[in-house]
Amino acid sequence: MSTEVNAIQFFSGFQVSDLWYLAKGAGGTIVISAIAISVGTILGCLFGWALSVSRWANMTLGSVLDVFRSVPLIIQLLLFFNFLPILGLPVGPFAAGTIVLIFYTAALVAQVARGGIEAVPSSMRNAARSLGMTYWQDIRYVVMPVGLRAVLPAWTGVALGVLKDSALVSVLGYIELLRASQILVTRTQEPFIILTIVGLFYFALSYPISKMTARLEQRWQYD
Amino acid sequence: MDYTFHWRPVIKALPDLMEAALTTLEAAALSMIIGIVLGLVLALLRLHGNRPLYLFATVWVEIARNTPALLQLFFFGFGLGAFGWHLSPFMIVLCGLSFNNAGYLAENFRGGFLAIPDTQIKAARSLGMSASQSYLHIIIPQVFRLIYHPLTNQLVWAVLMSSLGMLVGFRELSGETQFLASNTFRLFEFFLAAAVIYYLLVKIVLGTSYLLCRKLFRY
Repeated sequence: MSTEVNAIQFFSGFQVSDLWYLAKGAGGTIVISAIAISVGTILGCLFGWALSVSRWANMTLGSVLDVFRSVPLIIQLLLFFNFLPILGLPVGPFAAGTIVLIFYTAALVAQVARGGIEAVPSSMRNAARSLGMTYWQDIRYVVMPVGLRAVLPAWTGVALGVLKDSALVSVLGYIELLRASQILVTRTQEPFIILTIVGLFYFALSYPISKMTARLEQRWQYD
Repeated sequence: MDYTFHWRPVIKALPDLMEAALTTLEAAALSMIIGIVLGLVLALLRLHGNRPLYLFATVWVEIARNTPALLQLFFFGFGLGAFGWHLSPFMIVLCGLSFNNAGYLAENFRGGFLAIPDTQIKAARSLGMSASQSYLHIIIPQVFRLIYHPLTNQLVWAVLMSSLGMLVGFRELSGETQFLASNTFRLFEFFLAAAVIYYLLVKIVLGTSYLLCRKLFRY
């Protein structure tokens, strides 16, 4: 039996060309996380601002965002993906995964952004206003420079978290790095080497950014 | 909308889901305990270890923090199969989560150790305590106090991360949900129920931790 299976080349070993396939998978990871992080950050900053200015928003929006942080991402993905056909919307794995990741990112960033806004002492903002700055000038020239520095490490943490959590979109069937590796493992039956290579891919994406932020943070401490 | 919601299968399966939720809590708590012990060791190795030990701890921490938890789980689940080590689904989740928790907690502990002033250990030593005594009775309690909130966050993460067990065949809350959902074809209803239970679990964990904090760290 087993000789027959081998005769039709059911399995074949790991080849160099498979690295290219993994690289394409890494491209998928980068695309989906880049969209989720950029859109999610913008949305999250808006949410964070709303949380910091209004108690009403804090109660309603805050508790909605809390759900995104209290339910596992994989359940959120499956829930949303299975909810779409109920509405009669044919949405593919990529779109569904991206939407969930965007809101997941936004919920995490909102907390960070709120922290950043609240990190600016109110006396400083009052001073800006009393110098004749408008509300938005105060936000742009006082809150942003001070707040952004305060929350950069936390934001990077969120962004890298989303980059790694994007691996879960593979559950829906979108071919990103992890899904690509599973497909290769099924064909080659060499899980150890492939998972190691995938680990290196993720490491290469995540490690430089985390090190860079750590260095930036250290430099800013002396300013 | 042509879809009719059927909640009866979910209600009938509630006892199973609750039991699975307990499994989730157990796995998370166990991986947290192992993670704390390993994390403490890793943090101390990174602070005081000699070169090879420092490198070992650093590599562990960086891998745990810079690769997805799911990949780490797959590694314990399928990667080790290359060496003929076949872990049970529970062990896969426990090893994967503990590895991940240890990596994250090590950095928290390291920050905690660095935040304790040197004078504390000097005072302890000058009172005649041995090095290990001063660590055990003076430094570590203060570190725990400092990193109590990160610790709680990590526990919440552990609860959420244990849902990945579904992908390696572990029947905790998510795995059980998926099993029941595909048995009854009520996917949306079951996943919604799981989401609600996870939400409640997280709230219970946070509430317990808050009460514990008031009891433990009150002066």
